Amino acid sequence: MPKTLFEKVWNAHIVQAADEESPATLYIDLHLVHEVTSPQAFTTLRERGLQVRRPDRTLATMDHSTPTTPRGADGIIPVTDPIAQKQLTQLVTNCAEFGIPLFQLGTINQGIVHVIGPEQGLTQPGMTVVCGDSHTSTHGAFGALAFGIGTSEVGHVLATQCLLQQKPKTCEIRVEGTLHPGVTAKDIILAIIAKIGVGGGTGYVLEYTGAAIRALSMEERMTVCNMSIEAGARAGMIAPDDTTFEWLKGRPHVPQGAVWDAAVAQWRTLPSDPGATYDLVVELNADDLAPMITYGTNPGMGIPVTGSTPAPADYSDLSQRSALDKALHYMGLEPNQPLLGHPIDVVFLGSCTNSRITDLRAAAQLIAGHKVAASVRMMVVPGSQRVKAQAEAEGLHEIFRAAGAEWREAGCSLCIAMNGDQLAPGQYAVSTSNRNFEGRQGKGGRTFLASPLTAVASAISGQVADVREML
Amino acid sequence: MEPTQTFRARCVALPIENIDTDQIIPARYLKVTDKNGLGEALFTDWRSDPAFVLNRPEAQGAGVLVAGHNFGCGSSREHAPWALQGFGFKAVISTYFADIFKNNALKNGLLPIVVDPETLLQLTSLCEEDPTTTITVDLANQQIVINDSQTVGFPIDAFSKHCLLHGVDQLGYLQDQEAAISAYEGANPQRVNTSSL
Ligand code: SF4
Repeated sequence: MPKTLFEKVWNAHIVQAADEESPATLYIDLHLVHEVTSPQAFTTLRERGLQVRRPDRTLATMDHSTPTTPRGADGIIPVTDPIAQKQLTQLVTNCAEFGIPLFQLGTINQGIVHVIGPEQGLTQPGMTVVCGDSHTSTHGAFGALAFGIGTSEVGHVLATQCLLQQKPKTCEIRVEGTLHPGVTAKDIILAIIAKIGVGGGTGYVLEYTGAAIRALSMEERMTVCNMSIEAGARAGMIAPDDTTFEWLKGRPHVPQGAVWDAAVAQWRTLPSDPGATYDLVVELNADDLAPMITYGTNPGMGIPVTGSTPAPADYSDLSQRSALDKALHYMGLEPNQPLLGHPIDVVFLGSCTNSRITDLRAAAQLIAGHKVAASVRMMVVPGSQRVKAQAEAEGLHEIFRAAGAEWREAGCSLCIAMNGDQLAPGQYAVSTSNRNFEGRQGKGGRTFLASPLTAVASAISGQVADVREML
Repeated sequence: MEPTQTFRARCVALPIENIDTDQIIPARYLKVTDKNGLGEALFTDWRSDPAFVLNRPEAQGAGVLVAGHNFGCGSSREHAPWALQGFGFKAVISTYFADIFKNNALKNGLLPIVVDPETLLQLTSLCEEDPTTTITVDLANQQIVINDSQTVGFPIDAFSKHCLLHGVDQLGYLQDQEAAISAYEGANPQRVNTSSL
């Protein structure tokens, strides 16, 4: 019987099949760990006298509560928040005690967990990848089955390298057509979430297919898969192809020579078979897409940048209406209000959605020769130290600085506002991150999610702008 | 984990759809390295409004949260169920739950109870009209009894139900599969080795 990409990866990792009474036991190839969701799991191991079963399949980094402020004269990034310091120290202790490799703050390999896995070549097609972080869906861009887990499950994987899993359903998201200039991968995924809603993918693994997806670079595919969780999906996947193999080749952890050739040959068997069926199919045409922006307090509240906010009165369902009403109130917006021209205070270029080298290149190219509006603070936060180093080698940091933007150290930063980078109450940000929930970027802060291109265009004009007018 | 017994509790309604984990517990409370005291941070930003439902006297001691559609979307933070339990909730009722939240809740003995939209609407109205509205949650029979009169069934997977009813620890269950795990490892070559960095 023809199988989907998901089914092939799932089947290859079953340690014990599901039956009437219990879910399947799934083997995990790669477990990524960060400081925020792991401490209580290590406590569980200690309480029970357990070891980490496979430290050689586990990797830790520091990203969420780490500062992105410039280094001191000693080359060290200062941590001034004592609670964050305690959490970071705890991670160092845990990794040392259990033998887990750790990318420490400020070292060349450190960065956002979903940027460093692929960067190191640790994320490969056909693997199972988990992390105590919902945006683990990013790694699905390589044709891996990758999903976020809670802290209890982090403990399960540390101790047994396995997880108990109910089999999800499958959904094909087919995007045909060609993107217009100024419209990006970020706009594809924002349009998908606007279409199916933040709960639309619940219970499903999404597989993105179609000409517009095949045409995306690896980094653009990561942007799309990253936000699968924002549609509620368990994971998002894209079949591996030559784009995937080209991108991976030569990275530190991918095999070389004959082993590489054998791996590629095996990876070529992963794409969904012709005739394979999905539980649900959603179709979109890239030709119809415009740059997208969110107006509300979840990533499904997105519209074309030239559009207007919806009106709660148009919704009959009580909890839908009250959610929209609350969102507009929080955002300080009226029903039927256009967003174009809305003043903004901050622009954030960063996060595991859009902080890779190609994101920075595209943004730098657009901002070169322009200035960030005097009323706007623009922060550029590379996804990893390697991305930062690469950008500096290309002189991108000089372009951003010349435009008046801040060039920062690597980390999650204003995406989650745990490290002191945050909006003041009432401030508006155009952000390339993935979540616009109330308070996500600081208590009372208001987030418009958009692509790096829309972010740059808005930074220059000091208000929500349509990048197509700059092209 | 303690076994989940049948319990009776007062309900409080929060009829907003897509309540995300950043609202349940904002990220700035995630710098802790244990699970204690998170109940105080539950919905902390919304609680800064004195009129917010959890600030009302009748919400104190409530054991069941009746939420809007799609509760718990967003991040994987297990701090969300820890905070709900810290406040005193033993169950949340909605039409559906985000996958990771549901998994996290079940592993901590917080029951995610799925009902149809009509029942949710009815339960919400009942709570808003009468804050003493109670439900009895009977996991063994997979049903809730509203105000001791109306019985509504709910679905739950057999394994989670078994674990909750008997206080079975899922980590222990996985450890018992040691032989199968070792066999799998023996039969499948290791793809990447993080220790070779
Ligand atoms: S960048 Fe944002 S979404 Fe990504 S891992 Fe960090 S906090 Fe999570």
